[in-house]
Amino acid sequence: MAEQIKLLEMKGITKRFPGVLACDSVDLELHAGEVLALLGENGAGKSSLMNILYGLYKQDSGQILINGSEVTFDSPLQAFTLGIGMVHQHFMLVPNLTVTENVALGLCHDRTFALNLGEVRRKIVDVSRKHGLAIHPDAFVWQLSVGEQQRVELVKALALGANLLIMDEPTAALTPQEADELLDLLRDMTKRECSVIFISHKLNEVRKVSDRVIVLRGGGKVYDGPTRELSDSELAGRMAGKELGQAAARAPQPLGEPVLDIVDLHARGDRGVKALNGVSFSVRKGEIFGLAGVSGNGQRELAEVVNGLRRVDSGNILLDGRDVANCSPLHIIGQGMGYIPENRIHEGTIPPFSIRENLILKDYDTDKMSVHCFLSMDKTRCFASDLISSFRIKTPDMETNCASLSGGNIQKVILAREITRNPKVLVAVYPIRGLDLGATENVHEQLLRISEAGTAVLLISEELDELLALCDRIGVIYEGRVMKVLEARKTDKQELGLLMAGVESPSEIESPSCPDERSIELEEVST
Amino acid sequence: MKKTYVIYNIAVVLVALLIALLIGAALFAVAGGNPITAYKVMLTEPLRGAFGVTETLVRAAPLMLVGVGVAVSFRSGILNIGGEGQILMGAVSGAFIGLSLPGLPKFLLVPLIFLAAFAGGALWGGIAGWLRAYLGVNEILSTVMLNYIAIQLYTYLLRAPLIDPQELAYGTGIPQTAQLTRNAWLERLIPGMRLHTGLIYAIIIAVLVYLLLWKTTLGYRMRVCGAEPLAARYAGMNVSRYLLLAMLLAGGLAGLAGAVELCGVHRRALEALSAGYGFSGIVVALFGGLHPLGIIPASALFGLLIVGADMMQRAVTIPAHIILAIQGLIILAVVSSALFITHRGIREKILGRFGWKEEVH
Amino acid sequence: MEWADLVSGVLAAAIPMAVPLLLVGLGEMFDQRAGMFNLGAEGIMMMGAFVAFFIDLKLQTPWLGLLAALLVGAAFGLLMGLVCVTFRSPQGIAGIGIYMLGWGLSGTLFRVYVGGPTPIQGIASLNLSSLRGVPYVGSVLAVLNPMDYAAFFLIPLSGWLLFKTAWGLKARAVGTTPRAADTLGIGVSRVRYQCVVLGGAMAGLAGAYLSVCQAKMFADNITAGRGFIAVALVYFGRWSPWGVAVGAAIFSLAVAAQRLIQFYGAKFPYELALVIPYVLVIVVLACSRNRDKSEPTALGKPYYREYRG
Repeated sequence: MAEQIKLLEMKGITKRFPGVLACDSVDLELHAGEVLALLGENGAGKSSLMNILYGLYKQDSGQILINGSEVTFDSPLQAFTLGIGMVHQHFMLVPNLTVTENVALGLCHDRTFALNLGEVRRKIVDVSRKHGLAIHPDAFVWQLSVGEQQRVELVKALALGANLLIMDEPTAALTPQEADELLDLLRDMTKRECSVIFISHKLNEVRKVSDRVIVLRGGGKVYDGPTRELSDSELAGRMAGKELGQAAARAPQPLGEPVLDIVDLHARGDRGVKALNGVSFSVRKGEIFGLAGVSGNGQRELAEVVNGLRRVDSGNILLDGRDVANCSPLHIIGQGMGYIPENRIHEGTIPPFSIRENLILKDYDTDKMSVHCFLSMDKTRCFASDLISSFRIKTPDMETNCASLSGGNIQKVILAREITRNPKVLVAVYPIRGLDLGATENVHEQLLRISEAGTAVLLISEELDELLALCDRIGVIYEGRVMKVLEARKTDKQELGLLMAGVESPSEIESPSCPDERSIELEEVST
Repeated sequence: MKKTYVIYNIAVVLVALLIALLIGAALFAVAGGNPITAYKVMLTEPLRGAFGVTETLVRAAPLMLVGVGVAVSFRSGILNIGGEGQILMGAVSGAFIGLSLPGLPKFLLVPLIFLAAFAGGALWGGIAGWLRAYLGVNEILSTVMLNYIAIQLYTYLLRAPLIDPQELAYGTGIPQTAQLTRNAWLERLIPGMRLHTGLIYAIIIAVLVYLLLWKTTLGYRMRVCGAEPLAARYAGMNVSRYLLLAMLLAGGLAGLAGAVELCGVHRRALEALSAGYGFSGIVVALFGGLHPLGIIPASALFGLLIVGADMMQRAVTIPAHIILAIQGLIILAVVSSALFITHRGIREKILGRFGWKEEVH
Repeated sequence: MEWADLVSGVLAAAIPMAVPLLLVGLGEMFDQRAGMFNLGAEGIMMMGAFVAFFIDLKLQTPWLGLLAALLVGAAFGLLMGLVCVTFRSPQGIAGIGIYMLGWGLSGTLFRVYVGGPTPIQGIASLNLSSLRGVPYVGSVLAVLNPMDYAAFFLIPLSGWLLFKTAWGLKARAVGTTPRAADTLGIGVSRVRYQCVVLGGAMAGLAGAYLSVCQAKMFADNITAGRGFIAVALVYFGRWSPWGVAVGAAIFSLAVAAQRLIQFYGAKFPYELALVIPYVLVIVVLACSRNRDKSEPTALGKPYYREYRG
């Protein structure tokens, strides 16, 4: 077991990636038994700083001191022999190994043959008893739920002897209730001489769990002090670099006709397991309909099914009155469907292609872009330069590869392409994931604008703030079913959170379109 | 700024070629020859006279066709290693038509032979394309297997059903078909040399493929499917269909290479019809940047290497077979060099050493 | 014809066919478990076959030949590692480069230093008369080559190495989620290098078996696609040593049975009979595409630790 880390100091850490200054001479100090929150927008340098502390990246300059003496890391190996463990945002588990084997992996790096899985198993059982983390040592990781995998990550770090835990956005994939449990657990662990660095951009969690907070912005440190000294809005202001107004809920819109009607939809996921289990809801003209839920409850499958990218087992998808279930994607696009996919880089764009070639992805075959079967250079150039200027895509020229754009600009390319087509329905899946504040605002602006122009928007998101601010109605999806449809004005995070966890709360709020009503609509359409 | 990139990219590929040739020099030494004289003979001897130059271009024509086909397939996301088999199937189909319809006038017979060769190669490539697109069979393995199958099938056809009746009559039994009638021959461009019109056709076809891939909506679709199948599906393209189409086209182009050898060089189908063009075509395509306009000069360069290797065999008694190993080295060097082109950090470091700064956007 | 004769006839033909496939297949299995798709196995086999043959020819020491083939194979594996791990090249094309290099070099050296078909003494078969009594298979088992027994022994040994040792655990992790392995301090590149070197050595050994134990001579292109067939068998065997062994057994039994039947009568152009193994491979590949959890999901994907555009 490693020596206890009484004091960790990072001094003047600088890390540069091609084109990005990820950390700009950051100082950090952490004492035993303390929970330090590292707060910042996406891309503020939190993960880079922690990856340096964990030995995954190497800093360009600066030093790290443990208990007063300088240490250098060449690999995560040295970090965890010193007692530093990290739970990554995307779990670092090998799905086709068992829990025991996953932990053993960290204990056998210097061995070639000897592998004592029994001993590792005992260690896991010990650690999980001591910290109250229930896990199955013999289960394969792919069999576990997200929450269970998180526990495995914690047990792994502890079993490897960590007494300083770095938690990178640990609650991102958890329900609010699971997240609360985790925060309590972390507080408990500090009583057992562990210290925790907690990375997040969620203010309420930071407040709940941390003693001290460091705010990063654009790679530099902008605040370092006790958490309770700043109010939420002050913290948010430091994070964003400007004071934020409280996002107001959208003004109620006149309800139009339903344009997208989803009726009792069943479909299977990649592994052949049921992913959609009778989903029903409808989105009206000019409405933004939010779909809340912990990721992995069928959102991706729903978006794919609606766009013809996944087979429907049963049920109907009515686009403007016509059933498009199991139609080809091309047909559905032709019927007026727009789609902002979750996988922005590899599904929404073609990274090695130029911006021009990416912008024409859905219209290359029309008279606007081509003459007979030949792509017209003039027409595509004209089209691309129009979109680049009207959507303010930041790029040296239209022939630049999409791969070299920032996330926000890639999203602008996708939005520009989809919105210019004036779709009847736009499906947006996690459209602001990983974007900075400015880019997020831009995406929201565009979604509001297009819905005012009459497009029905289906916004799939896990950010409740976003949903509450933008949507007219919010449905909550849990295990492939829409639990309830609520009016955004009349609900709150608490209620949504419970529904996301599968708890059907007794609530007075009636959804404006109940199932019966919808089936009547369907009959009207089909006659 | 774009110009700097282009120069940098070309420089990287040339350095890679140089490294491959340097390691190749060690192979020459192992094979008991003097590397310097060997390279000197290989690279300069063919350029000394009309014979060498024309022979280089004779080799360039099939290399260009196979290379362009490989580029079509690679760009569409499927790796066609089956050029060898596709050449043979193309040649034997063409030979069958040529032998069955000897009386047709030239303006009909030659296009018919080419069409049959294209169909033969396309069939052979299409099998691999279909297996990949609809059954998920790794195309590298299936095309390699189809090569072995094609070689056996080809030999069988030349030994039994299509054998030259004269061979049977004299009892020599060399597995080759009878000579095609004059109507099926491609014209020779220079008297006394083997250089024939096939080279011109090959260049025209390479340009056409360039236009297809970069100027038409069909080509756009094929490239999207190859670069990012997820995005292609998202945009409503049927990825499987374009994989199949790409393999049909790639196979067909290799088949045409077979026809060029058949009608232009040998004027009959014989066992050693493809001198490894199926594999050399891959090297040509990679070295030409998977772009038809890069492949045209690349095929001339590799044509030179192949002719040079033959001349070297006579001059310094190193088997010409070694060119296969050199080409293998060139593949390894060229694919390794890609990291220096695509990885921004490395590119920045190298260019920075020459005092050039990359703009950040 | 007696059934016993038929069985022993098929076995006697199948085992020498299965052993090289097994050797190169087990090596390739380690490659692929660690995420390396080595299509160059064919070329490495040819180099192994030539080197072992040449040493036996010149020094009359076949065992030294096997050792040299092992080393040459490992060296080629190292080259594959350099190109695909260090330079992160696409593995499919790089494999073809290795194949051409191995084929070209072995063919050239053979032409320069040997010239024509030359028989060598090779490694003789054992004659274990005590095994003759075993029904059906006794007469076959008694006259196997020592390398055959070694190859059979390698099946459980590979299983142990892959599933029961720390190194095997690391290899499996590196081929599935290299980043997870990296965060636990496992050198992804190092393990991948080790696996391609091991895979290369096994391919070299498989090639040596062909020239020194089986044909007792060398010919250009002696491997006739066995390296590629082995790659297919690894898919078929779902990356497990027993699966690879079963694949090699089924494959060579089918081919041997066909040859025997042809030998005993059926008139069929022999060129077309030679096609059967290759067709079989395609059929096997088309049938073995169901995905399961053992698949190394990072197969063929280069690993970048710090990669941003």
